[in-house]
Amino acid sequence: MNVLVKPGSIPPNAPSRKLFSVLDDNGQADPETDPKLELALVRRMYEAMMRNRLLDVRLMKLQRQGRIGFHVGSEGEEAAIIASAAALREQDWIFPCYREIGAALYRNFPLQSYMDNMFGNVNDLAKGRQMPDHVTARQAHFTSITAPIGTQITQAAGFAWAAKIKHQDVVTASYFGDGATSSNDFHAGMNFAGVFQLPTLFLLRNNGWAISIPSEHQSRSRTYADKGLAYGVPGVRVDGNDALAVYAITREAVQRAASGGGPTLIELCTYRAGPHSSSDDPNAYREAMDSEEAQKRDPVKRLRRHLERLQCWSEAEQLAFEERVNAEINVCVEKAEAAAPPSIASMFEEVFEHMPPHLAQQQAQCVDGPRTRKRH
Amino acid sequence: MTQMNMVSAINDALRFEMQNDDRVVVMGEDVGKLGGVFRVTAGLQKEFGEERVIDTPLSETGIIGTAIGMAMGGLRPVPEIQFGDFIYPAVDQLINEAAKYRYRSGGEFTCPMVVRVPVGGGIKGGHYHSQSPETIFVHTAGLKVVCPSNPYDAKGLMLASIRDNDPVLFFEPKRVYRALKMDVPEGEYTVELSRAKVVREGEHVTLVAWGAMLLEAIAAAEEVKEQGVEAEVIDLRTLWPMDTETVVQSVKKTGRLVIVHEAAKACGLGAEMVAQICETAFTHLQAPPRRVTGWDTPFPYTLENEYLPLAHRIVPALLETARF
Ligand SMILES: Cc1ncc(C[n+]2csc(CCOP(=O)(O)OP(=O)(O)O)c2C)c(N)n1
Ligand SMILES: [Mg+2]
Repeated sequence: MNVLVKPGSIPPNAPSRKLFSVLDDNGQADPETDPKLELALVRRMYEAMMRNRLLDVRLMKLQRQGRIGFHVGSEGEEAAIIASAAALREQDWIFPCYREIGAALYRNFPLQSYMDNMFGNVNDLAKGRQMPDHVTARQAHFTSITAPIGTQITQAAGFAWAAKIKHQDVVTASYFGDGATSSNDFHAGMNFAGVFQLPTLFLLRNNGWAISIPSEHQSRSRTYADKGLAYGVPGVRVDGNDALAVYAITREAVQRAASGGGPTLIELCTYRAGPHSSSDDPNAYREAMDSEEAQKRDPVKRLRRHLERLQCWSEAEQLAFEERVNAEINVCVEKAEAAAPPSIASMFEEVFEHMPPHLAQQQAQCVDGPRTRKRH
Repeated sequence: MTQMNMVSAINDALRFEMQNDDRVVVMGEDVGKLGGVFRVTAGLQKEFGEERVIDTPLSETGIIGTAIGMAMGGLRPVPEIQFGDFIYPAVDQLINEAAKYRYRSGGEFTCPMVVRVPVGGGIKGGHYHSQSPETIFVHTAGLKVVCPSNPYDAKGLMLASIRDNDPVLFFEPKRVYRALKMDVPEGEYTVELSRAKVVREGEHVTLVAWGAMLLEAIAAAEEVKEQGVEAEVIDLRTLWPMDTETVVQSVKKTGRLVIVHEAAKACGLGAEMVAQICETAFTHLQAPPRRVTGWDTPFPYTLENEYLPLAHRIVPALLETARF
């Protein structure tokens, strides 16, 4: 993973309106900006993006069949999520919002653990306490997902601050959406990171929408990257559907942060191709994108075209890959679905380190008490 | 009369009052074009335009702070917080500002508005889409807190809340939104704030609930009837200022009290009610008052039906209290 990216793509603190890109729609790399990554790395990113896509398809089906309660997918945003995570170093930490499970999986968070979370079963690391897609993945340096918008942004700045105070070579990255830029925590996080020159990256996934609110209605800034100006944090716009561009810029920002250069705001310009979540029907507020445009923008297809150009991927490999991943998903789903729900006693654990008497009493009341006939 | 669920009843109330009073504006995340994630404001933007039905940026403090300003400026805003769990970024504006404007300005400034807040569990929402944060606002002097249990009350309480000159938090139990339909009058009527309602008469034990748990309370009352216990069920409807008098009158008759709420037990509204009953009707009590509530843990996902104080937990509390 020791790829050097040539510095200079992130502008100094000035309005940034240029969209940094590497790949054109046909997957052809621009020699000027091409980070010239090892092909094994590009393939690994592609496979992770494709796996994410296959997972989304399957999970949405499971939700529609009533087998899981909820799913929030990342269709169309795979490059923004996975190529940025790929550019972080192993010791770096991710503070995700709810759409970046792909980043944890890229870091080898086990698919079975993800599936156990989707079913909220006894093996779920979050012990069935959280909604589906709200995983906790410490082993992947990936913090526990929360629903309140924006709260992870200040925390990522604080974690980076701790590393700085302890002289550790750690960079943090918070992921959040365009909607989250309206939150208190975006402002506070950017301000603190600017004032204290914290080694943190603000990975702003501008996917065009915050549920039904278009990103133009969320802010009057000319670009979201411009928001960095007010805080003295360099801002840069990247084609978020271009995995190589996302990688190159993120890598440069990591190197800058790690060498004491401070935070960077990266606007990953992408598009939420699917509904906000399984609870949402986008037909109520937006026109369907025409399919030609969608194909062009599709980050997974674009990277595949790039690999195919380099003779690094083929139709046969694609089919074999899909078959392998779908089989892997099937096994995990089967196991997760068959597992028991968490124990009733566990509901009272880990509220505190040591269970206080009132909770011990309530735990006994609940465990020994009348049972509902409703199924878990 | 039309058959309405709670979603359509609140929608009807908003539409009526927007036609009736052009100071009323609706605002919040996704309330306009989409009509709200629960569709409570569906169709309003089409009818009243973008200036009165406003899709805001994603900022609860922005929504409530500007609503306060609008109210001071002569409008009657009805801001929505998309889920009660996301009200906390606005808590400074609600607790330090909205609640205290009248008092701190010697009555010079007020901020009449109705903050609509979908609350409660039972929809598989985990701890960030299930909370019942009423106690925080009850504890804050200067805020009224309403929580209807059915479509009829929801419409009448909404109209009364918009016309009230104090800030009102209007808690809408998500679990009830589409759970039942009933006849709701078209046009105007109000349900008076701070008036509880005896929804089922009984002589053996008083059972107080509100919102989604009222349905569970009624189910439990029907179940214990078979064992010879008649519960008098009271729907509190307005949580604050509380109609203690209706509860006291009932307890004087039954001598026994059980309170049900989804919110955690510690310092929940049940605690306040027990204290008030002990202070005012102690000599009438023939059994210790009981609370059947959410546990003192965060709201869980998989085990939500173990967390909620559903009928299966209310029944034994009623029987034990009646037979104490
Ligand atoms: C504080 C807060 N308010 C409201 C919500 C409800 N909500 C969930 S996601 C969302 C939109 C988020 O949009 P964005 O930040 O652009 O992220 P995206 O979903 O597009 O990835 C809203 C309003 C929430 N989770 N937290
Ligand atoms: Mg977005």
